[in-house]
Amino acid sequence: MTSTFLPDKRTGRDAGPPPPATDPTRGRARRRALNWLTAAGFQLPALVLFMGLVLLPMLFALYAAFFRWGGFGMPSDYIGGENFTRLFQDDVFLGDLWRCLVLVVLSLVIQLPFALAMAVLLNQRMRGRAVYRMLFFAPYVLSEAITGILFGMIFAPDDGFADQVLGKVGLDGLGGQWFADPSTVMATLFLVMMWKYFGFHMMLYLAGLQAVPRELTEAALIDGAGPWQRFRNVTLPLLAPTLRISVFLSVIGSIQLFDLVWVTTAGGPDHHSETMAVTMFQYGFKRYQVGYASAISVVMFAISLVFALAYQRFVLRRDLEGATTTMRGDAK
Amino acid sequence: MAVPLLYAALSGFKTTDELSRNPVGLPESWVTSNYTGILGSGDFWRLIGNSTLIAVGTTVLVVAVSALSAFSFARFAFRGREVLFTLFTMGLMFPFAVAALPLFLLLRSLGLLDNPLGVILPQAAFGLPMTIIILRGFFRQIPGELEEAATLDGCSSFGFFWRVLLPMARPALGTVSVLAVVTSWNNFFLPLLVFTDAQWWTLPLGVQQFQGQYSAEYAKVFAYLVLAMVPTLAFYSVAERQLVGGLTAGATKG
Repeated sequence: MTSTFLPDKRTGRDAGPPPPATDPTRGRARRRALNWLTAAGFQLPALVLFMGLVLLPMLFALYAAFFRWGGFGMPSDYIGGENFTRLFQDDVFLGDLWRCLVLVVLSLVIQLPFALAMAVLLNQRMRGRAVYRMLFFAPYVLSEAITGILFGMIFAPDDGFADQVLGKVGLDGLGGQWFADPSTVMATLFLVMMWKYFGFHMMLYLAGLQAVPRELTEAALIDGAGPWQRFRNVTLPLLAPTLRISVFLSVIGSIQLFDLVWVTTAGGPDHHSETMAVTMFQYGFKRYQVGYASAISVVMFAISLVFALAYQRFVLRRDLEGATTTMRGDAK
Repeated sequence: MAVPLLYAALSGFKTTDELSRNPVGLPESWVTSNYTGILGSGDFWRLIGNSTLIAVGTTVLVVAVSALSAFSFARFAFRGREVLFTLFTMGLMFPFAVAALPLFLLLRSLGLLDNPLGVILPQAAFGLPMTIIILRGFFRQIPGELEEAATLDGCSSFGFFWRVLLPMARPALGTVSVLAVVTSWNNFFLPLLVFTDAQWWTLPLGVQQFQGQYSAEYAKVFAYLVLAMVPTLAFYSVAERQLVGGLTAGATKG
């Protein structure tokens, strides 16, 4: 998904049909204009939709962030950067940033390696492979809202499935408040995220693994490389582009998290599971501090953008000119 | 992985009373009234109907509009093409949550709240980047000679697009359609903002409301959750290949 906003190096080579070779001077300019008009005509509906419902609202959020505004009429009470200074003194919002970071780190350190291990495992020839793939991926297609409600009930204090099972096997001590306790709510939330999203990353890796030429691992085998060496020195480098994209998606997903939190805890207890999107929703739609909520939107966007640009600049760029291409070249 | 799903499905066949005594095992006697009660109520079917209407509307719109745009990106060299394409691809980075608030205000001023178009149009707009990128990739693979041949036979560019390109790109269109259907079906945030009138609620909203209303009757809620999952899982089992293909293509192709 991400390599796509890189500028296209192949520009112009795949353009439409060559212009018919008649009337070289005056006709060419006219034909070019005609060509441009046709192309623009095809773009028009997409452009209108995108400008009107994506870009315009974003720009408006940027504008509204500089006003004290309740969301009715046009914003008029200009307060400069006050919303932003307030934001960075707001414990809840600072907590959001911290929690976002926690989720990102947990995802990178636990979820993605786990997904990779499962993908490598499922890439072997084994019985029931297709069934496992479907099973692991199924949670990803379920609605976040429905998943959240299901786990809200499973982790309900005392009556929930999790506590009951722990009670049955004599581990009552481990059970507890799950979503209701400030000290465990993030761990519980992460558990649910893991259940829901690890299959998606696993699928990405599986697709990436399919692209690893079998001859390479076989060659390494002949050279006497053990399973770990084969994985470390052959599979992993070739999988690197997929890994980088999966990391990117995982981070962006953590920045935006809303549905799952909203239906399980709505940010509680006492803001301990609140995310930026939830805080924004609270201020914008519950307390009608739309200007302040817009400032949250803007910061969210800025974080996503800075991350995306930096990631593209320093990490993804290597996919274009880095290790993978030379490795493939060497293989030939 | 499947334990939570199985647990929910089995729990739906128990009574809430039994659930607290016997959370893990098979039901003592299979109670079907939880399931039949929900299926017998018009509410559940209305949610399904609304979700379907919105998913189909979104899909048709986003695929049609994206196909036109992707065709133009793949087949024309025009000034400003790269700028425009970069603009669309930047859309992938815009978290929906950022636009949610102003979008809501815009929809309110357009009178599109409690109107299915209020969900369909933004969903299509936010789906454009991904769909355009995937389709452009596919359209590029169709050889240029075909277009020359069609042009020589007197086809206009739209004629080529409509009569040659689209039929050839059917698998790609299938893939992006499946993606769009699943995304729309599962969307929670946008319908939450747009629909205050329960008449228009979609499945995820209905589930949340049901859970709130019957929070003490666990077995009933589990049955409801399971029924709400069935359409998604059924669709997934039919369209698995297309969905996975689309996601991996969308994630890796440039």
